[in-house]
Amino acid sequence: MSVHFIEFELNGWTVEGTAEARRTLLDFIRVDAGCTGTHAGCEHGVCGACTVLVDGHPVRACLMLAVQANGKSVETVEGLARSSEELHPVQQLFREEFALQCGFCTPGFLMTLVAMDRLEPRPTGEEMRAALSGHLCRCTGYQGVLRVVERLAEQGK
Amino acid sequence: MKAAPFDYVEAGSADEAVHLLGETGAEGAILAGGQTLMPLLALRMATPAVIVDINPAADLAGITSGEKGVRIGAATRQAAALTSPIVASHAPALTRAIAHVGHYQTRSRGTVGGSIALGEPAAEQPATAVAMGAMIELRSTRGARLVPARDFYLGSYLTARADDEVLVAVHFPQWPAGTQIVFHEVARRAGDFALVGLIMLFDVCDQKIARAGIGWFGMGPTPIAGLAAERALTGVALSDLDPRELARIALAEVEPADDLHASAHYRKTVATRLFERSIQTLGGRVAA
Repeated sequence: MSVHFIEFELNGWTVEGTAEARRTLLDFIRVDAGCTGTHAGCEHGVCGACTVLVDGHPVRACLMLAVQANGKSVETVEGLARSSEELHPVQQLFREEFALQCGFCTPGFLMTLVAMDRLEPRPTGEEMRAALSGHLCRCTGYQGVLRVVERLAEQGK
Repeated sequence: MKAAPFDYVEAGSADEAVHLLGETGAEGAILAGGQTLMPLLALRMATPAVIVDINPAADLAGITSGEKGVRIGAATRQAAALTSPIVASHAPALTRAIAHVGHYQTRSRGTVGGSIALGEPAAEQPATAVAMGAMIELRSTRGARLVPARDFYLGSYLTARADDEVLVAVHFPQWPAGTQIVFHEVARRAGDFALVGLIMLFDVCDQKIARAGIGWFGMGPTPIAGLAAERALTGVALSDLDPRELARIALAEVEPADDLHASAHYRKTVATRLFERSIQTLGGRVAA
């Protein structure tokens, strides 16, 4: 069993530590870096709750090894809001549209939509809806999220 | 849901990957996008002693076109292939297929080579490789070889790749301009594996089928080439196509199983209708 020293950027901060080869990026973020906003749902790539951005791309943090994040830039939900008073625009839309019930799946939904919101050309509402098929919500809270997608698509026009 | 312990080594190039896998053999596993291997590790359905990570190998990723078609490096992300203008122009059937692979969040990591090396029977990319007549490039310390995708899938998750061979690229041949592409996938949810999947290419010349390529997925223990159906279609005028008879020939080549999600009977019934309808559309009898 190999152990590796790793260092990567997490929400603009440098984090470092040692990780067993088998440690997932998800567990490293939650346990070693203490950022528990990224949620551990199924831990085998089905639910999308642990979605984070690696070098800007949404990935399932449970399907990446921590050692693979070495030297990369990782963004989680903690990095979205500018301050405790000012939410990220996508978070603000979630709030306005009541786009969550229990909130367990929400960090994952947010990271996918934030990544898509940065794309040029802007994705269509249809493309965003299709991307959300990679996230499961057990409260059936999808309608609010779809209203957010509508508003994002409207803003993109 | 935690993987059993293993050693991890990075391969910085294709050569390094070949050497590392040559040393570990059956004890080693290549980690490409990880969208299948990582769940298998978490579930402890796979317990390799050594993981050889090919993500740092820049020379294993990339898409290049030549006269005969397009070569896709094994570690090329599905997201990159999906949005590649080269793939769209040289192998549009692959672009069509990848749009159905997994999700936005898995295509950002998942690779073309990883999926084709695994040979999940209900997956889109292996069946597309089979339908198009792709060639699979394998390399080991013993040398390199090209294996036709049609000879690569030997049984359930069993392929012609030896334990010490690295799948380094897949060569997709270019079909003539104007080739008609049919893609059908029936799944319970977007991103799920197919209950029934069918990809077909038809090179139509002078209102006749000059060549057909057929790949089934979710219809047996491996991706399946529709060899008899291809033979039955080749040289036939569009006006002479007999959808019912052709579907009978095509369905004799598949052997779907009952499982939790669908019965074999359901799969065959759906596949028959999809095949018949595709041939009717091709013959111009039904609007596409």
